[in-house]
Amino acid sequence: MAPDTGTAKTPPANDADARELAQEDLQALFDALTARGWTVVGPTERDGAVVLAELASADKLPYGVGVALAPGGYRVRRREDRAAFAHSAGPQSWKTFLHPERARLWQADRDGDGTVTFTPDAEEKSPVPRYALLGVHPCDLAAIARLDRVLTGGAFRDPVYTPRREAAFVIAVACGEPGELCFCASVGTGPGLRDDAPCDLAVHEIAGDDDVRLLISAHSARGAEVLADPRLPVRDPDPQLPELARCQTEAAERRMGRELEAEGLRDVLAETLDSPVWDEVASRCLTCGNCTMVCPTCFCTTTEDTTDLTGDHAERWRRWDSCFDLDFSYVHGGSVRTSGRSRYRQWLTHKLGTWHDQFGSSGCVGCGRCIVWCPVGIDLTVEAARLREEAGASEEGTA
Amino acid sequence: MSCAPRPKLAVWKFSSCDGCQLTLLDCEEDLLPLADRVEIAYFLEASRATSPDPYDLSLVEGSIATKDDIDRIREIRAQSRVLVTIGACATAGGIQALRNARDFEQLRSVVYAQPEYIDELATSTPIADHVRVDFELRGCPIDKRQLLEVITAFLAGRKPDIPDHSVCFECKRRGVTCVTVAHGTPCLGPVTQAGCGALCPAFGRGCFGCFGPKADPNTRALLPLLRTDGLADQDVARLYRTYNAEAPAFREAAREATDTVKETAEETRR
Repeated sequence: MAPDTGTAKTPPANDADARELAQEDLQALFDALTARGWTVVGPTERDGAVVLAELASADKLPYGVGVALAPGGYRVRRREDRAAFAHSAGPQSWKTFLHPERARLWQADRDGDGTVTFTPDAEEKSPVPRYALLGVHPCDLAAIARLDRVLTGGAFRDPVYTPRREAAFVIAVACGEPGELCFCASVGTGPGLRDDAPCDLAVHEIAGDDDVRLLISAHSARGAEVLADPRLPVRDPDPQLPELARCQTEAAERRMGRELEAEGLRDVLAETLDSPVWDEVASRCLTCGNCTMVCPTCFCTTTEDTTDLTGDHAERWRRWDSCFDLDFSYVHGGSVRTSGRSRYRQWLTHKLGTWHDQFGSSGCVGCGRCIVWCPVGIDLTVEAARLREEAGASEEGTA
Repeated sequence: MSCAPRPKLAVWKFSSCDGCQLTLLDCEEDLLPLADRVEIAYFLEASRATSPDPYDLSLVEGSIATKDDIDRIREIRAQSRVLVTIGACATAGGIQALRNARDFEQLRSVVYAQPEYIDELATSTPIADHVRVDFELRGCPIDKRQLLEVITAFLAGRKPDIPDHSVCFECKRRGVTCVTVAHGTPCLGPVTQAGCGALCPAFGRGCFGCFGPKADPNTRALLPLLRTDGLADQDVARLYRTYNAEAPAFREAAREATDTVKETAEETRR
């Protein structure tokens, strides 16, 4: 699987193979992908939000739709240009398509003489969905790389995620419009796309007063193959376009609404487990689980066993779970994390701290979704900073 | 169909609207296989033919609202191996529990033309306040899928898979955009137990809590948000006091909301 994007700053400005596509020709890209058996998944405006969904055609993209974000607040707004990818922190992430909320793992049937037959779902004939993920921002590209590490990078490769991920065609789009709650720059995942960003196509969307142009480079062999499709009306890019892309990324980097000081955060969290900050957060936290559900890297699941009315057919499913669910830490006799304090602390210390020990990086990619979609607007950058302050204060005290 | 005796299912009604029993009839294509697997021994909503006790599984709808109810539920408990309560009336007292916090005599005289014929208890209470209950299935009305899960779990001798987390889980899993965050609509979803499949938010409406409180709800943290989204404190109390007024966490939440009203009024006076 692809490596993590790491710090991503340099747009492929010197990429000699970059091509230019006019926004009105995006349907040709859809056609090229569909002809190769991919189902395009991308952003579209629905129910007052930019959601991710299977898109039948390019006219479903959210042209000219931007967002205004606040902790616990999300509103779509009309942009002055027609950019289709200039929005952030929508209510879903790409894990919806790669790590679905519910999946059957196996079925068992008991026949007349009591013999039980198990059928793992992986061995079933059901085809793996082949998604072309269109409009993956750098933070989300990093999130997919983190999921790759968690779900495919260890001793066990996840049977649901792995085939979906391998089949997926990823079209990353550099972020030109970070939101009020974005902090990818401070955690090193965006807003630009590195030359070696792990995707199939890397896109810069340059919106002018009258037109929107896409600068596209291939980052994989199949990406190059799609880009070379004769039906795709691409041309040599306007010589100014790479420079515009670079300026856009640099400007975006300066417009981050939030900052998370990532350096040493793992140790800060390990030192502040008994801090009163956790109690204070818990007094505001609804333990509703929204932050984990919208987080593009939260991967936890639980299993459910079902039987039918005959009792001769059973199925095991797994579904998204959350460390905010009391049942999540249920062991014999009860739940281990009964207080809201312990559940919020579990979430934050795993995401920003112990993830390093488990998977060699932070679990946070700076997309800001957990701040936006927390109904009461709890801001992990603020809470992390408070904990850092406490850790600093206690160090001074002991020095 | 096997020749072994089938488990006997009984369905009982107390103070309620029958909607939860109807959910069982509403199971449609699953109803015939169910009738194969269990003997529907007592279910007056469906058939006047009844079989005598004991019963293997009793589903109890409705709340305890009369003295007779108390005797009857004790008898049913004694006749039932497993007793499952279904719906907001049976698990939390229902809408009729609104009378619990009021002057019952006054209500009776206002509501009924001849109040002397009304022999009711002053309170409407959940079944579990009176007898041991093996499982409580929430909802107003209950969810068909969850009811079948409880019955099949009972038949298989396993624990029913009925999560007690928030409705938010269901919105997010279903891909429903949060009506509070994206539209500013007041919603009880963060403190309400899942099970409905996020029915109201899926139609752009806020949750009104018909499945009762989720496990360990933080209603105090939700209160400022409900106010920001435009609810007056009285409306917050009314919202909590609709379907599950006597569920302890919602009763407390309603009290918290109105207490602040009183506090503010007192502060103003000072």
